[in-house]
Amino acid sequence: MTLMQKFLGASAVLALSAGAAAAEPALIFDLGGKFDKSFNEAAFNGAQRWAEETGGTFREIELTSEAQREQALRRFAESGANPVITTGFAFATPIEAVAPDYPDTKFVNIDGFIADIPANVRMISFSEHEGSYLVGMLAAEASESGTLGFIGGMDIPLIRHFACGYAQGAKAVNPDVQVIANFTGTTPAAWNDPVKGSELTKAQISQGADVVYAAAGGTGVGVLQTAADEGIYSVGVDSNQNHLHPGSVLTSMLKRVDVAVYDSMMAGADIETGVAVVLGLAEDGVGYAVDENNESLLSEDMIASVEDAKSKIISGELEVASYYATDSCPALDF
Amino acid sequence: MDVMPKWADALLIPLISILIAFVLSAGVIVAIGEDPMVALNTMVQGALGSSYGWGYTLYYTTNFIFTGLAVAVAFHARMFNIGGEGQAILGGLGVALVCLYVPWPHWILALPFAIIGGALFGAAWAAVPAYLQAKRGSHIVITTIMFNFIAAALLTYVLVELLRPAGAMDPASAGFPEGTHLPTFQDMAGLFGITAFRGAPANVTFLVALLACVLVWLLIWRTRLGYEIRAYGHSEPAAVYAGISPVKIIMVAMLISGALAGMMAINNVMGEAERLVLNSVEGAGFIGIAVALMGRSHPLGVLLAALLFGFLYQGGAELSLWTNIPRELIVVIQALVILFTGALDNMVRMPLERFFLMFRKKRPAEPATAPKPDRKSTTAAE
Repeated sequence: MTLMQKFLGASAVLALSAGAAAAEPALIFDLGGKFDKSFNEAAFNGAQRWAEETGGTFREIELTSEAQREQALRRFAESGANPVITTGFAFATPIEAVAPDYPDTKFVNIDGFIADIPANVRMISFSEHEGSYLVGMLAAEASESGTLGFIGGMDIPLIRHFACGYAQGAKAVNPDVQVIANFTGTTPAAWNDPVKGSELTKAQISQGADVVYAAAGGTGVGVLQTAADEGIYSVGVDSNQNHLHPGSVLTSMLKRVDVAVYDSMMAGADIETGVAVVLGLAEDGVGYAVDENNESLLSEDMIASVEDAKSKIISGELEVASYYATDSCPALDF
Repeated sequence: MDVMPKWADALLIPLISILIAFVLSAGVIVAIGEDPMVALNTMVQGALGSSYGWGYTLYYTTNFIFTGLAVAVAFHARMFNIGGEGQAILGGLGVALVCLYVPWPHWILALPFAIIGGALFGAAWAAVPAYLQAKRGSHIVITTIMFNFIAAALLTYVLVELLRPAGAMDPASAGFPEGTHLPTFQDMAGLFGITAFRGAPANVTFLVALLACVLVWLLIWRTRLGYEIRAYGHSEPAAVYAGISPVKIIMVAMLISGALAGMMAINNVMGEAERLVLNSVEGAGFIGIAVALMGRSHPLGVLLAALLFGFLYQGGAELSLWTNIPRELIVVIQALVILFTGALDNMVRMPLERFFLMFRKKRPAEPATAPKPDRKSTTAAE
């Protein structure tokens, strides 16, 4: 009984302290941390943009352990945060478990997959394979050696999905192109290991690669750096990383996590839920980055061919195989 | 010899060490412009102020008890098992296989077999480094730490290629069936009509961990094997002279150590996640080293140290949830505690010993400390 009173007291205090800032959105970053220069940072940037434009505030937490996923979801839901936005596929299962307990709270997840989406959950995913296909085409067109590199973080389906689209795009331009795919590590530290990324880049260069695509979170910083040092091209991922090494970063595969977060926060508590939204080329959810840093690297022919492929993908005339569909890739063996 | 009374060695030194660590942490918090008292309050309230907080604190504690005991048992044989991480990863695999492929009707039946599964896989993972140490002299520190990486790679492969349900993006196994769900503290409190521990992951495994503490104590101090392990740990030549086989002791101590680390999986894999995820151990194997060091390799000390680290974990989570203190700083606080309790032990011990010596000199010689009549010296005088 005393325990219950304590608990009720504690939650009442929480409710009171949260009352002042009702319907504040909350953002939960995955274990990679919010300043990973990539996926989570894109989400943070979207939230920052929303805060600057609306003058609103949002709650945030960077997770440090798996057990905190449910904990953070529940605590934010109980404190009145709405919507609760999460980044990363690993949140799918905890959200599925937690969402029915808080029917008045809207949950948003980016990258995850739930078969039966609860009524108060919005699942946002991206067609990374389509965006990767386009940068794969650009890479194959820019390559002189006919060998391309791919450096992933951990060997998990999501990263194979990136690599698969990339290899398909490259082979569409040049059927003889060779794609070398390597992964940085086997532990989550692989997402933040620029030194290892750099080593792998050097190894791929010695095998003849002259364009490398990094889909490895913070590890990509080391890949891009080494590519610039060694005078080859690189392709950034998630955020626009062209500015990191102008003249060396050929382009970046954009995954507009920032837009997804920004839009979710804009919609606020009225956000449409119970749906799975896929943001592809048509929705500008993915794409390739062109700005003043890489204009000189991309010829008009290259742009034209990529734009052509882009419109074909949007119209459905060209279909990029998804790794998820068959758990295998037609253009690349893992 | 014993300059300090036992209570000072067991309690006073850790307490002073923790105090110094907290004072330094407070300094760091002030330096980044936050209020250390608010931070401390958030941590204590969040970790110990409600049954919910206790539910999380005890969940982490359970993990650290198992890995702490694992390291402690190996310490008694003077072996530094850094492989708790990998052994716990493999233990998770063992528990997952037991839970996924046997249709258990009830958790009471599933639990003992899951314990065996986790312990067997954990022990098997420790067996190779143990064999290499016992027979080939390859240093256990090197081999066990390398086996951590092999374990992580193996788990990634198994989850991505074999156990992942078709079409799922998350490299994790399918959820375990209903019959393997362990009762949480919430369920257990519900039996008595109490609403408590809501949503917290602490589960019946905590009781298993307490039992493990008792069993390890019995093993080390009340059995012949425990005596042999300690004898080998104190002096290998003396142990060999007494007819104790080093190969056997190294193998047995490491197998027990690996089994204990593997048993952690019933808490985090079977009890909490109810599926096998890629990153389920998350450093508990390494925290176990700090826990064993701080607990002086004694089960009771391990229990208390595990509780402290459980508090730091849960309090740290609350800190990052409700304040602007970044999560890196929480790691700094944990690191300071480890530094002062583990590595800088002598910094506190030596002044304290001097203090006790001073104190003793002022008193007249006590009968208890007065030298007993020595038969040898008397015979020599004759």
